Amino acid sequence: MPTKISLHGIRKGFPSDQGRLEVIQDLSFDVADGEFVAIVGPSGCGKTTLMNIIAGFLAADAGEVRVDGVPRNGPNRKGIMITQQGSVFPWLTVRQNVLFGLPDDVPNREALAEEYAELVGLKGFEPNYPHELSGGMLKRAEIARALVVKPEILYMDEPFSALDALMSLRMQNELLRILAKEKHTVLLITHDVEEAIHLADRVLVLSPRPAKIRAEFAVPFAHPRRVSSPDAQALRVAILKELGVTESV
Amino acid sequence: MRKLKQALPSIVVITVLVAVWWLVAAGSTIFPTPKLVVLGTLELARDGTLWDHIGASLMRVGAGFGLAVLLAIPLGLWMGWVHGAFITLNPIFQILRPISPIAWIPLAILWFGVGNASPIYLIFIASVFPMIVQTTAGVHTIEKRYLRAAENFGVPRKKLFLQVVFPATLPQIIVGMRIGLGVAWLVVVAAEMIALRSGLGYLIIDSRNAGNRYDLVVAGMIIIGLIGLLLDGLMRMLEGMKIVRWKYAH
Repeated sequence: MPTKISLHGIRKGFPSDQGRLEVIQDLSFDVADGEFVAIVGPSGCGKTTLMNIIAGFLAADAGEVRVDGVPRNGPNRKGIMITQQGSVFPWLTVRQNVLFGLPDDVPNREALAEEYAELVGLKGFEPNYPHELSGGMLKRAEIARALVVKPEILYMDEPFSALDALMSLRMQNELLRILAKEKHTVLLITHDVEEAIHLADRVLVLSPRPAKIRAEFAVPFAHPRRVSSPDAQALRVAILKELGVTESV
Repeated sequence: MRKLKQALPSIVVITVLVAVWWLVAAGSTIFPTPKLVVLGTLELARDGTLWDHIGASLMRVGAGFGLAVLLAIPLGLWMGWVHGAFITLNPIFQILRPISPIAWIPLAILWFGVGNASPIYLIFIASVFPMIVQTTAGVHTIEKRYLRAAENFGVPRKKLFLQVVFPATLPQIIVGMRIGLGVAWLVVVAAEMIALRSGLGYLIIDSRNAGNRYDLVVAGMIIIGLIGLLLDGLMRMLEGMKIVRWKYAH
């Protein structure tokens, strides 16, 4: 498969009281077209900074991000970011939110919005305002808004962390269902190792700050996956070990 | 029923105040009792002058406040969005803002005479600054995640403004309008006391000058208070709009 995203020698630091704080140090990896890559790492290791650099919201101090071989110099609709906080506009209805990213000259905008609202399970909620929805519904609206512009890449930064455990699991299954229909390249940042194993084709483990790739695991299980299977649990233990957590079973 | 229950304590307090007023005023030769105030109000209502005064004051507020809204909202949005505009204009407004509108009266009379233009100008001056400041602050406090999302989708400028910047700022704009209209109503009465032949402010001063009609002075004061309450209620209805509910709901 061709390379979709390619990072080469990314470096990023911020000024702080104790001098310069290096957050990312010489990070390089590739993501193939259509691949689902999860990045796990200890909290505060610079995962979000890394995602902002890849998505184009932040410039790296050194190194290069290429998407489809073209150097990245700002965000665009080819890759849509979904964050933990969410950014569904509270002043627009669900329908207006889903339509937001679609240019006015796209034919059948309304029908498209309806199609995607239905795809994410929001049918019937289109006239509602976000404050009338639950946290899970809000995530669905955000995913619909992203998917309707047919992005090639989804950047997901702890997308389900603000939800309760049950809803998080349900949204993971929903995401897999949607991705089975529409193939996207996905970059997922998470601190939840089980979520990574559940969803990703490959898991990258980052070291504490300054972030480097500490280990890399392929997740060779076919979907639908059972995270409780012995193989998946063995993988989980191995990843946790890289994160510095040893479990006494 | 619940609303009635909520209003009950204040109704009780008002009743007590009126009763105390009645007792105190009963012994005075010049200070009117509530009964005299009500009779005086009815007299004004019957001969129509009450409605003329109210209409005149409301017209001036409508004109001055309306002009202020038309200027303050676009200007505030622009200052909030364009940093250069903010650093250029904000110091000027911060100097003009603390000047009491009353201090402008001599200049207003000099420039606009003693017609309607003077009080309209004073109302404009009084209400425009709080609205500019609130609108600008509203743009400055738009959460970054929303601006990032808009940037991510690469929407055209017009859409960015109409669907993100303006509606995100709208709750603050409404707060500014509430403050602005409150100040406008304060100022119209003060302005009319000095220069004019109509309006509630004029009614108060004229009633005192033309024969110590303190019943009409107090009537005018109470009517001003009630209309002020009504105007604020109208502005609060704007806060109930679905498009701004997200900001006030919590």
